[in-house]
Amino acid sequence: MLRFLPAITLLVFLGPVAAGLAGTLLPAFGYLPALGGEEVSLAPWRRLAAAPGIGTAVRLTLTSGVLSTLLALALTIFVFAAGHGTQALTRVKRAMTPLLAVPHLATAVGLAFLIAPSGWLVRLIAPWPSGWQTPPDVALVQDHLGLALTLGLVLKETPFLVLMTFGALGQVRADDQLRMARSLGYGLVQAWLKVVLPLVYPQIRLPVYAVLAYSLSVVDMAIVLGPTTPPTLAPLVLRWFNDPDLAMRFQAAAGACLQFGLVAVAIGVWRAAEAALGCLARPWLSGGARGGAGTVARAAAWAGLALLFGLSSGSLLSLAIWSVAGRWRFPNAWPEQLSLERWADQAPALSGPAWTTLVVGIAAAVIALVLVAGCLENESRRQRRPAPGALTLIYLPLLVPQIGFLFGVQVLLVWADLDGGWLALIWTHLLFVLPYVFLALADPYRSLDPRYARSALALGRPPWVVWTRIKLVMLLRPILIALALGFAVSVAQYVPTLFAGGGRFSTLTTEALSLSAGGNRRVVGLFALTLAVLPLLGFGLALALPAWRFRHRRAMRVGA
Amino acid sequence: MTMHGLEIADLDLSVGGRTLLKDFHLIVAPGEVTTVMGPSGCGKSSLLSYLCGTLEPAFQASGRVRLDGVAIEALPPERRRIGILFQDDLLFPHLSVGENLAFALPPAVRGRRERWARVEAALREADLAGFANRDPDTLSGGQRARVALMRTLLAQPRALLLDEPFGKLDRHLRERVRRFVFDHARQADLPTLLVTHDPADAETAGGAVVGFPESLPATRANLLQFGNNGRQQA
Amino acid sequence: MMRALLTMVLGVLIAGPVAAEPWDATLAEARGQTVYWNAWGGDEQINGYIAWIGMQMRQRHGIELVHVKLTDTAEAVARVVAEKAAGRNEGGSVDLIWLNGENFAAMKAGDLLFGPFVEQLPNFRYVDTRDKPTTLVDFTVPTDGLEAPWGMAQFVFFHDTAVVAEPPRSIRALLDWARAHPGRFAYPAPPDFIGSTFLKHVLVELIADPAILQQPAESADFEAVTGSLWQWLEEIRPYLWRKGETFPVSGPALHQLLDDGEVDFSMAFNPAEASAAIGAGRLPESVRTFILDAGTIGNTHFVAIPFNAAHKAGAMVVADFLMSPEAQVHKQDPRVWGDGTVLDLDAMAPADRARFEALPRGIATLAPEQLVPVRPEPHPSWMVAIEAEWLRRFSS
Repeated sequence: MLRFLPAITLLVFLGPVAAGLAGTLLPAFGYLPALGGEEVSLAPWRRLAAAPGIGTAVRLTLTSGVLSTLLALALTIFVFAAGHGTQALTRVKRAMTPLLAVPHLATAVGLAFLIAPSGWLVRLIAPWPSGWQTPPDVALVQDHLGLALTLGLVLKETPFLVLMTFGALGQVRADDQLRMARSLGYGLVQAWLKVVLPLVYPQIRLPVYAVLAYSLSVVDMAIVLGPTTPPTLAPLVLRWFNDPDLAMRFQAAAGACLQFGLVAVAIGVWRAAEAALGCLARPWLSGGARGGAGTVARAAAWAGLALLFGLSSGSLLSLAIWSVAGRWRFPNAWPEQLSLERWADQAPALSGPAWTTLVVGIAAAVIALVLVAGCLENESRRQRRPAPGALTLIYLPLLVPQIGFLFGVQVLLVWADLDGGWLALIWTHLLFVLPYVFLALADPYRSLDPRYARSALALGRPPWVVWTRIKLVMLLRPILIALALGFAVSVAQYVPTLFAGGGRFSTLTTEALSLSAGGNRRVVGLFALTLAVLPLLGFGLALALPAWRFRHRRAMRVGA
Repeated sequence: MTMHGLEIADLDLSVGGRTLLKDFHLIVAPGEVTTVMGPSGCGKSSLLSYLCGTLEPAFQASGRVRLDGVAIEALPPERRRIGILFQDDLLFPHLSVGENLAFALPPAVRGRRERWARVEAALREADLAGFANRDPDTLSGGQRARVALMRTLLAQPRALLLDEPFGKLDRHLRERVRRFVFDHARQADLPTLLVTHDPADAETAGGAVVGFPESLPATRANLLQFGNNGRQQA
Repeated sequence: MMRALLTMVLGVLIAGPVAAEPWDATLAEARGQTVYWNAWGGDEQINGYIAWIGMQMRQRHGIELVHVKLTDTAEAVARVVAEKAAGRNEGGSVDLIWLNGENFAAMKAGDLLFGPFVEQLPNFRYVDTRDKPTTLVDFTVPTDGLEAPWGMAQFVFFHDTAVVAEPPRSIRALLDWARAHPGRFAYPAPPDFIGSTFLKHVLVELIADPAILQQPAESADFEAVTGSLWQWLEEIRPYLWRKGETFPVSGPALHQLLDDGEVDFSMAFNPAEASAAIGAGRLPESVRTFILDAGTIGNTHFVAIPFNAAHKAGAMVVADFLMSPEAQVHKQDPRVWGDGTVLDLDAMAPADRARFEALPRGIATLAPEQLVPVRPEPHPSWMVAIEAEWLRRFSS
């Protein structure tokens, strides 16, 4: 039974991606019998090229996507180079996990509340010392350079890269290498950059590509923070998908293919740049420059981290304050009254989407866990090494832009008459939850000492008992963390809910986004805060439960 | 006339083209401790893995193994009734000492009271009465080694494999634990196979000593002869 | 005499079930259904009202009403179009849709609507089809019983009297004002319906012959007719909020800008919306509404049922309740929504009429006599063309 699990997982998992890509590619060339497209033609592409704003949209997508990835990567490198092995770095790691858990939309909405010209930060300096009685007429959010969007993306992507790098460091015996380099006279930062980074980067390459793909194709953050006339490519394509004019569907499919192409090209160019940089940097690597104490790097890292944590927590706080604010006129720094009235009268409106979010999130996370644990156990029983291409396959749904294949998935679902149902919704969420659950569980699972299982088997207990009472219990903490992460990923999904839900399902994310168009900060803040809190609760449970269960077991207590 | 105990015959073991064991034979009588010594990488631990049934797929092995007259080479690990002790005690960290021991009790022993009584008896035997509810991590190295052995014995094995189990203990403790293990193995009449680097282990074991040669493969013909004191004979 | 009595009794017994009202049959069929009402969700006062309707439906008729919140009604139209093209002629995912104007015209032209059904609804008899002609003709397109009216709207502007005491009362005056106060005026980006309607006001004032707009757009020279509109928009662009780089996404978003002091005017389709917002603490008490001297556009909003709706009976029951005096008076209460009624006050029971008359007007709401003249909506094809052209010019 267990040996079929990898095949089942692949089918459940990659089948939709492949089918979705095909289902989007064909309409892009005019072929979609269900909607009257019988002939293959280039008409959709011509219309795409003629669409108003397409050039600007593509340019904005590329600049915001690439810039945010570069900044996130740079900040990650600085943080590690400056802080490797220090106590501070461990604390940073601990602090990054909640940041990762907060859904992208909540961060985006909170950031908009924080940095907008009428936002909290400006209110703090108005009217004194800035002299502003009315908000300055500067586009700080939805600016037409996409800088607000870039900032929001950096806030969310940096924690992800930092945590992935932590994992990579473990694989690479960085401490030993670093010690060696320092004993040869290299300063900490230079040593890290020259010795550890070349080893670590290949390990985090796939996460970096995932970040790049996400930044280029994000929809919900782009709608809240990004430019509007025109927006970046993904929201534009989404708009076309929702247009009543059927001819726009084909144009939208072409746009989705263009989005896919953009991501593919961007990853390709990035890869080439990696190689080029590798070549150019060779002489520098062995050039012998020892470097100093690394104060500049440390300052940059600290500044970056301060900005990151400051803006992220400020965003969450803004959500909280607006959700309980009564009248709050500009330029007051604090609301004139605080009241829980909004919470009281929005509670019924909140409960429906909250319930849907919980059900889908838990279902997707649990199913993903069963599949992943089964595959890992199968691998462990057969004592197989993981296949080299397997990791790329796992990352695939994270590398393909959502809008690039979800339309095809929807066509498939409609054809199978499955759309608009819970099964379709959970399945579509599962596509994106599974990679993260795998990433969170694979290393702890594989690195569990196999001799525990061997001892247990030698004691005569059947494999099933060994798995459930020994192995899974010893892995309780990583399992719960993987579950919490899977849940957080599902909570944050926007485009999958739209496409698979057939308009019948509203989750906290879709609700918050549609409310954000209404400009009522109190209600939006309320929804976004609830959206943020759910995954945090999940992580809290994931950390508290093992701590309680193993409170009398010292060896099971792991330093975070 | 066949003896009972652990009988290994015609064993070939190779990995990646390198033959480690060829035409290997060994018989360990019940209650006897046979020591296996040799350089690292010569296949000693792989031999134990093979006997347990947990050999990695990279290895190819063929041969016959009988335990108390029953052929076991085709059985899955949990049905072989072969106990194994490693250098690390590998007590399950999430279970208490008592729960670790109870885990080893066969399901045929029914009822909480009966099971717990056996656990307490084993603890008394190991001079650890009253330790049932303790966290294994709070025990000293020597105590854990004793618990590990009792756990293995509670599963009522028919043979015992020891993979350098005393390596992490200091010399003084080592002697005490060694005697403890061998005494119980002999008492339970178990054929015991010990893999070790330390000649002192072989000496205390007091049984036959088998040496793996410097060059591979180890065959029946080229196994080195050691005296019972673990010293190589000419 | 006995025979007559027997005949009568038998007659009642036999004729009883057969003579059941078709409406009762609809009510019975609707019980237990879940109705998916696709309606714009950008204003939570309206969302609150819809939630109240849902409660009433559950209590009175055992119907579960689900409010599918849309950012743009076109999304629901798109879904029905796609379902029709995919051959899904029953069990569609949209049961009831809040729409008017372009969206209605598109669905009617595409044979996407169920009905006519409005005449079958018992509460339709209260609707004032005589003095409110827009309840039967939607943006010059006859409803033909395919959509049921449930609210009257008229476009109004807001201003904060503490900042702007005398607002400009014509489009040309607005341009002059914007030049004098750069960055203090914004309009929502089309195709948001407030933004689109604002553009209609500009066009209607600047155009030589407004009657042309009652005809479909194809019959006229688009460039020539709308030239003055684009010229005005280009002239005002550098003086707009954010210099026209970015636009607010909806009317309520514009209200927030007014509250924050980023702009000095807002707009809405509901004369009572300002009072409601003040009451909810979202606008300062000094905000008041005004209309242009030449009048503003008024229209009716409707609900319609797609041809393939899965729960038509339930949808009809909801549509009927929306036209009931209870629902209409609750809706017109500025503490709830403040939306105007489609009903004829003379046609309803005196008790209901009294409840209407007892409703507070709201401090920022203009009296009915101050809201005239009401201008008609242009033919829907004009908006479709104007929105596309606006996107081409200002969104690239």
